[in-house]
Amino acid sequence: MLTFVTRRVVLAIITLFLASVLVFLAVRWLPGDPILMLVTKNTYQEINEEYEQELRRIHGLDKPVVVQYFNWLGGIFKGDLGDSILSQRAVSEEIQRRFPISLYVGGLAFLVGHILGIPAGVICAIRRGKWLDTTITTMANIGITIPNFLLGIVLMYLLAFKLRWLPIAGFTWPTEDFWLSTKQLIMPVICLAIFPLAGVTRQMRSSMLEVMSQDYIRTAWSKGLRERVIVVRHAVKNGMIPIVTLAGMGVAGIIGGGAVIETVFNINGIGRLAVSAVINQDYPYVQAVALIVATAVILSNLIVDIAYGWIDPRIRYG
Amino acid sequence: MAEARPDSLSTSTEAPPRVSGFRRFSRIFFGRRLVAVGLVIISFYFVLAVFAPLIAPYDPNYPDVKQALSGPTKQHLLGTDAIGRDTFSRIVYGARTSLMIGVIVVALAAIIGMTLGMIAGYLGRVVNALIMRFIDVLMSFPMVLLAFFIAGMLGEGLRNVIIALTVGLVPIYARLMCGQVLSLKENDYVLAGRAIGARSIRIMWRHLLPNSLPTLIVVMTMMLGTTVLAEAILSFLGVGIEPPTAAWGSMVNDGRQYLLSRPLLSFAPGLAIMSMVFAFNMIGDGLRDALDPRLRGLL
Amino acid sequence: MAELLRVKDLKTEFRTDAGVVRAVDGVSYCLDEKEIVALVGESGCGKSVSQLSVMQLIPTPPGKIVGGEVLFEGEDLLKYPAKGRKMRAIRGGKIAMVFQEPMTSLNPVLTIGRQITEMLELHLGMKRRAARDRAIELLRTVGIPSADKRLDNYPHHFSGGMRQRVMIAIALSCNPRILIADEPTTALDVTTQAQLLELMMQVVDRFGATLVLVTHNLGIVARYAQRIYVMYAGRIIESGSVMDLFSSPQHPYTKGLLASVPRLDQRRKGREQKLVPIPGLPPNLVGMPATCAFLPRCTCSLEKCREAPWPQLESVDRGHQVACYAASGGGAA
Repeated sequence: MLTFVTRRVVLAIITLFLASVLVFLAVRWLPGDPILMLVTKNTYQEINEEYEQELRRIHGLDKPVVVQYFNWLGGIFKGDLGDSILSQRAVSEEIQRRFPISLYVGGLAFLVGHILGIPAGVICAIRRGKWLDTTITTMANIGITIPNFLLGIVLMYLLAFKLRWLPIAGFTWPTEDFWLSTKQLIMPVICLAIFPLAGVTRQMRSSMLEVMSQDYIRTAWSKGLRERVIVVRHAVKNGMIPIVTLAGMGVAGIIGGGAVIETVFNINGIGRLAVSAVINQDYPYVQAVALIVATAVILSNLIVDIAYGWIDPRIRYG
Repeated sequence: MAEARPDSLSTSTEAPPRVSGFRRFSRIFFGRRLVAVGLVIISFYFVLAVFAPLIAPYDPNYPDVKQALSGPTKQHLLGTDAIGRDTFSRIVYGARTSLMIGVIVVALAAIIGMTLGMIAGYLGRVVNALIMRFIDVLMSFPMVLLAFFIAGMLGEGLRNVIIALTVGLVPIYARLMCGQVLSLKENDYVLAGRAIGARSIRIMWRHLLPNSLPTLIVVMTMMLGTTVLAEAILSFLGVGIEPPTAAWGSMVNDGRQYLLSRPLLSFAPGLAIMSMVFAFNMIGDGLRDALDPRLRGLL
Repeated sequence: MAELLRVKDLKTEFRTDAGVVRAVDGVSYCLDEKEIVALVGESGCGKSVSQLSVMQLIPTPPGKIVGGEVLFEGEDLLKYPAKGRKMRAIRGGKIAMVFQEPMTSLNPVLTIGRQITEMLELHLGMKRRAARDRAIELLRTVGIPSADKRLDNYPHHFSGGMRQRVMIAIALSCNPRILIADEPTTALDVTTQAQLLELMMQVVDRFGATLVLVTHNLGIVARYAQRIYVMYAGRIIESGSVMDLFSSPQHPYTKGLLASVPRLDQRRKGREQKLVPIPGLPPNLVGMPATCAFLPRCTCSLEKCREAPWPQLESVDRGHQVACYAASGGGAA
């Protein structure tokens, strides 16, 4: 098991390294000159040849690209991600503030979506064709199709504007005000969780149906075990294998969806930051966020790979 | 029933009717109600897109400021937005934008991605490692965010949106095709082809490609839905097509400010997005079940 | 020996795209205590389906048991609901089954120890500790070395032959009265086959169970079985003791089967022995005619065979029955 894990970890680190190179280069290649952007934002300054060179030197933009890259990389390990072009404030400060928020909201959505989906899908498979299956499957089909921002707006309209049950937007830490925090989180978490929830339900149903027709399940029936025992002890563990993949993809989906949902519900997380940074072409933020996103995705893929090895004993040794 | 004779080798009962491949496909594909619904919806939008100038009552960009922010009336079926543009006309033209972008992006990404995937799958380990590492890196970013970053960096505009979405979609095709080729490569007919000296390209074109077709078709249809959705998200966030052009995503965003008073401004384009994505997904599901039900677990 | 199981007129159907398949079309047989009975026939003749029907393991959306009785210990098993408590107690506890494909018949994510102990806990009410010990014993009985260590291994750690041994251990763990072995050795190589069959005979004898051997391999039947039922197209067409059937087969199909098996004792003076296959193909089970299903391939059919319905089983000798107009004296209706 250990060699399996080590191999995967090494591969992940390599991919992360390559991703950082890609992020760095991509931002460098974008049209527009960062210095000019910086200068034109502060329109009071006059553009002067010497001043421009000075600015370049300050921001380290006069050195060859490779050196710039390693400077940046070095900075990251020291916790310095550069300064925002727009606000001149340290990028890392802002990220430190916002990251936990996104992690909390996204984490909740992840857990709700993936964990609830498993029993939902199992029920559908066992009661195949009956009304419970049809209802849940229909809801899952809707959940897969509805764009999360649309759901957000619809929920906001219904629950916040019309019925006034929930606050419109905003974020509070549960430690500050638990009740308000929960009420504020209901809509965003639902919006983020619905897609993975629907996906996991459908996948679980489908893989359970497939597992239940396998030979080893017939063996289990021939032993005289009860249906419930067969499902829980024999089938579910086998059926969950594709769910692990879904969970891996779900992380990427929640990160992506998080950007949109944070914008809709006015939550000050990394997603919202990324959106404004990209629109304002504030590239230090863009670099930093891109790197964080890549790290999160690669990390979750790594965990998925390892989880596979744990669930399915055949993979461990192969 | 044929006369049975002891020395004949035939059986007394006739062979069951061979259910032809196409008949079976049609029965499964068109048999499902949801697929039919999906086809109807897509045809509807297709008609809207093609005949937009004839169907839309108003110029989608014409600001009739006196009628701004009106609800549904006889003149404006779905009301008007903040500067008086007719929502219905904008939705009609938006169909054109969405479908056009969807088709172009999916086709482009398929060509590029499939080529990459086939090369990676077929041409040995080094090539495979190089290409797939690169794909892995691209896939380290959620597709929407990747497209968003690219579109944001490149700027607004149709061309940039297409580039961004294509780049977002290519890794999916590349991975898929690589996997297909890797498994098909082991088949005997490939070995036979190599044995008679066929060049790699010929094998890829003549054998691997046609045999991957069912999976590919299903994936492409489903990717249409994903692309339309991604484009909507991009315009919603503000990096889509340039402002005056009607795009459903930006319409939803614009309508947010007036959500309490005129919810239709956001809901109408939102519903349009959702129905189009739903239709593509249903068609994709139907295709998958009809072409190869074994794919159920995978797709 | 007392009678253990009596199956009367069992009928099982499957709905397919092409029509209704009558896989088991009126099968009747009986099993006594402590005997070894073989159920023989080509692929698709219904032998596996008939045994699955007895255990009510037929997947019910496409399949359905549509008639007959299965009398066991004074009760008709078919009257019990398939998933009900009574039937569950029978499965594994009184009647157990070993399947054909060892590679896929064991759950890949559970240890084999668990797959055995759950039987013991379920039917014998044993606690974990005791069940584990008993499981180790069982593994030793079926010849698995280092049983105590291998208890916590997963199925993929075992070869095909070993997995079948585990399956046998599972099946016999709760002392069933009847063990049904559905082509247990078909998926294994010849040497392993021999080992496994010897093992099965030993343990069945030791546990005092009745063995139903479903197979298409006549060699196995000749060596191990006492009685034999021959099936064709969903029905039993000949039955009797192995001695009787092999020495004087009555049904043209049985004769054909025996003639198509190569025999070591028939090589004569350099003359090459030709294998004589049965001409034709097995029938399509959709839309079967009312006449004898073997008619198209039969070399000695009578006029009567073309008109009359499929013949019933008639005795031709003590304990020897055949369903054929030509064999049973050509006329008795």
